Amino acid sequence: MAVDESKRDFLLAALGTFAGIGGAAAAYSMVKTWDPLPSVIAAGVTTVDVSSMQGGELRTVEFRGKPVYILKKTPDMAPAKNKSTVKIGSDEFVVVIAICTHLGCIPAYVSETKQFKCACHGGEFDVNGANTFGPPPKPLVIPPFKIEGNKILLGEEGEEYKKLAPELKA
Amino acid sequence: MAIDNNKSWIDARLNTTMLTKVMMTEYWIPKNINFLWSFGVVLATLFTLLIVSGMFLLMYYKPDTMLAFDSVNRVIMQEVAYGWLWRHMHAVAASVIFLVIYIHMFVAIYYGSYKGGREMIWISGMLLFVTFSAEGFSGYMLPWGQMSYWAAQVITNLFGGIPFIGADLVIWIRGNYVVADATLTRFFALHVVILPLIIMGIVVLHFYSLRIPHVNNQEGEEIDFEAEAEKFKAGDKKSSKVMPFWPTFLAEDFFVLSGFMIFFFYLVFFHYSFAMDPINFIPADSMKTPPHIYPEWYFLWSYEVLRGFFFSANLGLIAFGIANVIFFVLPWLDRDPSVKPAHKRPLFRVWFWALIFVMIGLTVYGKLPPTGINAWIGFVFSVSFLALLLVVLPLISKIERKRG
Repeated sequence: MAVDESKRDFLLAALGTFAGIGGAAAAYSMVKTWDPLPSVIAAGVTTVDVSSMQGGELRTVEFRGKPVYILKKTPDMAPAKNKSTVKIGSDEFVVVIAICTHLGCIPAYVSETKQFKCACHGGEFDVNGANTFGPPPKPLVIPPFKIEGNKILLGEEGEEYKKLAPELKA
Repeated sequence: MAIDNNKSWIDARLNTTMLTKVMMTEYWIPKNINFLWSFGVVLATLFTLLIVSGMFLLMYYKPDTMLAFDSVNRVIMQEVAYGWLWRHMHAVAASVIFLVIYIHMFVAIYYGSYKGGREMIWISGMLLFVTFSAEGFSGYMLPWGQMSYWAAQVITNLFGGIPFIGADLVIWIRGNYVVADATLTRFFALHVVILPLIIMGIVVLHFYSLRIPHVNNQEGEEIDFEAEAEKFKAGDKKSSKVMPFWPTFLAEDFFVLSGFMIFFFYLVFFHYSFAMDPINFIPADSMKTPPHIYPEWYFLWSYEVLRGFFFSANLGLIAFGIANVIFFVLPWLDRDPSVKPAHKRPLFRVWFWALIFVMIGLTVYGKLPPTGINAWIGFVFSVSFLALLLVVLPLISKIERKRG
């Protein structure tokens, strides 16, 4: 005798639908649980007063958990291509996120050769942050900044930042 | 139900007689094997030691960036009675388990135990290699020293190389723009609960996958296990080609295991420092990269494949991606279906030792700074590794198949 299986088919289809919706909802909530917390996203703006800096001086500031190098250039340093430096009056500054664009190590500044050198995989950048040797695929990234008098505000997008070439930005 | 009163109380209810037969006394293993077949039991033992020592570490460890370093290096190491023992056992076992995994893997490669119906054993074994790697990496983060921090930074950054979603994916994995507290606590959860559960599941699959094609032997001989088992049970134990898992096979395994454990505890008590990088005794500092960072020894070969293409980060990432999954498809890269040990396959034998040489070379150069000539040697080894697996193996196995 043939058995009517339509009821079972309905039950299985119902189960599949509920399991599908429930599984998708569970997966969505699990993925969102790993998102950065609001307090992390709302990390503040870092303000740096550069008026006291000497030529050739390098300053490291923390911006959203990352180190940022601010270097006041001297005339003997290689000129920047792509207008990648920050000018305040007659002074010129290199402002870059000090994270190697290869795999995220911190390149050290070598004042003798006026270079940024990454110890992890041998990457090198010139004084303006342009990649010159090794695995780094692009120049050191310039963080969003705004100039207010003698101060550089990291985390806000000023006119000078918006004019930068896209490959230099974060 | 009717209870069989001739059986013991437990046996009448759980049928332990049958269970013992199926799992132990009538699970048949070929006789023609050697001590290299014992490393599976060594791995099971090391995994058990990791769980036990890990449970005791868990009682004092604090997964918080402000507390983690101190909870390990001061509380566990200096205050907890025998805390040092659990930590050294855990660190040494984590390192040595990879040595044994590699031995176990290369024994399978040498004897052709990855093909001819044994593909699922091989694939489940490779899944264990990957999950153990994740387990090792997540555990390495927990002491929150400089190497913990920068290994986490570099490895999570690797995901940034994935097109389109890379940058967002890295932030999602970390739960922050940089490796931070959120990263530590989620990797802690992965290390102590999620990954161990997954590993245990795959271990069950790995054991089960052995039951159908059976364990391979030194000659790659196809044994009629049912006929040989009947012979053994009929009393002709001598001419039967098989032996029971318990007590015969395990007795030999336990002997090898005992020797191994002497070596293991010698390391734990007298040479534990090889598993503890001195740089990791400096607390994590997100503002300062150590001058030279490198992974633990067991990841050096794939790390060197990543670095080997020093002139292009993208090529390096692609090569690294291939290196991490290439062994999964080994059964299909080998075009010769016959199961034979390497010493019966002249070309394969050369290939096998060449692979070992290249992987040791990659491991050595993975630890050296990637400057000058080192970068080029690393590049040559990286290309050789990929060529051996992707080009040479299919070619020579095709030739050997034709020769028969």
